Formats: sequence, C-alpha cells, structure tokens
Amino acid sequence: MSLLAELQAFFAVYALKWPEWSGPMGRAVIVTLQITALAYALGLVVGLVVALGRLSRNPFLRRAAAVYVEVARGVPALVVLFLIYYGLVPLGVVLDAVPAAVIGLGLSAGGYVAEIVRAGIGATHRGQREAGASIGLTPLGVYRFILIPQAARIALPPLVGVLIAVLKDSSLASLISAPDIMLRAKDISSSDFLPLHILLVAGALYFVLALPLSAAASALERRMSRGLKSRP
Amino acid sequence: MTDPLLKIEGLRKSFGALEVLHGVDLALDQSRKVAIIGPSGSGKTTILRCVNYLEVPTGGHVWLDGELIGEKRVGDRFVHLSERELAPQRREMGFVFQNFYLWPHLTVLENVALGPWRVQGMARREAMDLAETMLDKVHMGHKRDEYPERLSGGQQQRVGMARALAQQPKVILFDEPTSALDPELVGEVLSVIQELAAEGRTMILVTHEIRFARDVADVVVFMDGGRIVEQGPPAAVIDDPRHERTRRFLGQLGRG
Ligand SMILES: Nc1ncnc2c1ncn2[C@@H]1O[C@H](COP(=O)(O)OP(=O)(O)OP(=O)(O)O)[C@@H](O)[C@H]1O
Ligand SMILES: [Mg+2]
Repeated sequence: MSLLAELQAFFAVYALKWPEWSGPMGRAVIVTLQITALAYALGLVVGLVVALGRLSRNPFLRRAAAVYVEVARGVPALVVLFLIYYGLVPLGVVLDAVPAAVIGLGLSAGGYVAEIVRAGIGATHRGQREAGASIGLTPLGVYRFILIPQAARIALPPLVGVLIAVLKDSSLASLISAPDIMLRAKDISSSDFLPLHILLVAGALYFVLALPLSAAASALERRMSRGLKSRP
Repeated sequence: MTDPLLKIEGLRKSFGALEVLHGVDLALDQSRKVAIIGPSGSGKTTILRCVNYLEVPTGGHVWLDGELIGEKRVGDRFVHLSERELAPQRREMGFVFQNFYLWPHLTVLENVALGPWRVQGMARREAMDLAETMLDKVHMGHKRDEYPERLSGGQQQRVGMARALAQQPKVILFDEPTSALDPELVGEVLSVIQELAAEGRTMILVTHEIRFARDVADVVVFMDGGRIVEQGPPAAVIDDPRHERTRRFLGQLGRG
C-alpha cells in the first residue's frame, strides 16, 4: 500500500467511529472544563491568601506561607491527588473523583499563583504604597485600591499560564478515575483497540481548549511589555 | 496664647546605627508657611516623613491640632499606633512627593477622588465633584480623564497637589515638589503653591528654590547634619544669616 493509501485508511476510521465516540468525548470535555475551572478558581483564592501571608508582618504567617509555597510546588500534583483521593479514606474522608481532583489541583496551583501575585505586588513601587498611606488609606485599603489592581495587571499573563497548566494537569484526574477526556480516551482505546486514533483525539481536544488561552496570554504579554502603564 | 497647629518636639531618627535627626523642634501656627532649606542629606525629607509617620521616629513627639500623632499615652509611656490607627491621622496631613507617586492604574480624576471616596466615605458622585474642584484649583481640570503617564512632570505634580488638597488636610507637607522637574516646568508648580499659600493654607515646604522660599514662607529653617542651625523670617535667615554654615550654603547656591 502506498503511504497516501495508508493515511486514507487511517483517517477513514474516524469517519466510522466518530459518531460512536463523539457522545462520551463531548461529555468528557465538559468534565475536564469543570475540573479545570473549579481547580483554577480554588487556586486563585488559595494563592491570593498565601501571597498576602507571605507579605504579612506576622513572622509566623510569613513562614507558614513560605512553607506552603515550597510544598505545593515541590510535591507532584499526582501525589497530591492520590493523597486526597486515597490517602484520606482511612480518616473517614471519602471524596468523589471530581471534587478530589478539584481540591488537589487547586491546592497545587495555589502555590504557583501565590508566587506570581507576590511578585506582582513586589513590583509596584514603595512610593505607590506610601502615597496610599499618606491620603489616609488603611493597609487593607492600600492593598485593595492600589497594590492588588496594579499587581493584577503585572500578574495577568503568568496567571493565564497557570490556567493552561491546570488544564493540562487535569488529565491526571483520570488516574483517580474522574470521567475526563483522558479517562474516556483510555476506555475507548481499550474497548476499540484503536489507541493511536483516540489518543490523537484527546491530544487535539486539549490543544484546541488551550489554544485561545495561549493566544490571550501572549496578547496580554505584548500589551504589558509596552509598559505597565499603557492602557486602552 | 493658643497652641500651635503643628508642633514637633525633640524629633530624632536613626537608620540602624546612623542617627540622621538629632532632636528637632519646630512649631507652626495655623496658616503659617515654613520653608526648610539645607544641603543634601541634612534630614529634610526625613523630618517630613516622620511628621506623618511614614518613617517612625526613634524619639520625640509630633502634635497636630493638639492631637498626639503616631502614638498614644498608656500610663506614663508612649506607645506607637498601628498603621490602621495612623490612617485617620495621616488624612489630616497632605503629602506632596518629590516623585509625585500618582497611581498609574487610575485616571487623574480617580487619583484625586480616591481619598474623598474611600477614606472620607463620601458618595462617589460627591467625591468626583470635590476632585474636580481640586483639579480646577491646580489648573488640571482639562486632563481629568487622562492617565498619569500621559502628563508632563509639572502636570503630574499639580495632580499630586490636587490629591493632597482633596484630603482636606490641616497641613500640607511638600518634599521638594519641583526638584524632579525639568527647569521649564518648575514655574507652573511654584505658582500653584503660591496660590495655595495665598489661600491661607498651613504648609511645610522642603525646597531648594531659595528665592521662592523667601517670597512664600513666613519662616525659613536652615538644616545641616540633622539639626536646625537657624530659623526665622526669610529676611533674617536668607538675607542676613547669622551662622557661618548658612552663609556658606547660600553662597554655594548663589554661585551654583
Ligand atoms: N531609609 C533609609 N535608610 C538609611 N538611611 C537613610 C534612609 N533614608 C534616609 N537616610 C539617610 O538619612 C540622611 C538624611 O536623609 P534625607 O533624605 O532626610 O536628606 P535630605 O535633606 O532630604 O536630602 P536631599 O536634599 O538630598 O533630599 C541621609 O544621610 C540619608 O542617607
Ligand atoms: Mg530629600
């Protein structure tokens, strides 16, 4: 058979199988998006709290936050997932796969978010904070109206990067049997004996989901590099 | 006799082992203007920063309108206030920074309205109106919707003054408001300061503009090495200084 004919035969399989695959894969996409969105939201909240802890004047909070960041970034997300899904069972905590994945991935992402937010706040000039204090803002007000809005603009591109990472890491949830893209792809590959075909589909789905995010990240990056101050 | 509006007593400040203010006393009545002059590193900025506790003094006390600033009395001891407790006291003192420090993510109008809105608790509309009034005072009303980076240094500094005015402060502290500016922009800022002085506002002005200090100030303070060397009316301190160090400083400026 010529190469061309082989390729044709390869793709002909999709025409045959897609009607059967599209349903479960479509539902799996929804699950992947749910896990990603919720884990990311959790990561943002955890990251913000930890970042404020790292910037706190209380040495205990600072220490605790630093330890959190080190652990969250140093321990593989898969280990965290297994710990939450299997490890807590003896303690009587039994979680479904999706919530366990959300919590594990979110706690993990929180470490990265914390460092990004901290860097963003660190990058705003001390004078900005002092100007806020001098008009009579409380420390909380300085954070709320001056430091966080400015840090957010600096942190935005890397935060989109974390979102992409969470999307990709969400495939780990298949290993605790959350019904996401990866798990469905494995199911189908073992039932239909077409691993290459379905794994290509899985890869393409992740890629297509990440594509607009990557585009947004580089657009943001370009805009930020024009200067912190430029603004529509 | 009434108490002075602002009273500084025995103010000391050390950075680590280095003491940069060795006990400064200064009193200032309502509507008075004090100009502080002196060589670089003599502690002028540090005095202003200690007055509103951006820098915590290592000794001495500050009173504004009879209220002890940055400290409270507990028995016979003085205890420093927290940043949160300091906030309402700082609101009573406007601070105009050498490098402006406008907030880049807010428009000119928002920069000025933030205090009235979020500190003084005015309604948003009311805060914006007050901000516009203050911008008009510094002749910056036409730039209200610009972002700070689109303004010249002189314009940014005038917005900085509007922001301080919007606090409705009892005293305004100016830290070399024109020394980060190109020479051709100095005049517009000085003339606004002059207008504010003419309104009867109480102010302390740290400046290298000796001629301006003579025109505007009621009292000129000459500092050197963390101490006040002499103070008095401009005619005395600038035109007929008693101390050799003052003479030398003014002489250098004259030639420079
Ligand atoms: N945060 C700081 N840490 C250590 N030393 C400081 C700090 N701030 C000021 N100093 C020192 O304190 C002294 C007084 O500084 P200050 O800024 O008050 O001088 P200045 O009179 O305002 O000078 P200039 O005319 O250059 O603005 C200087 O020797 C300076 O190096
Ligand atoms: Mg100075």
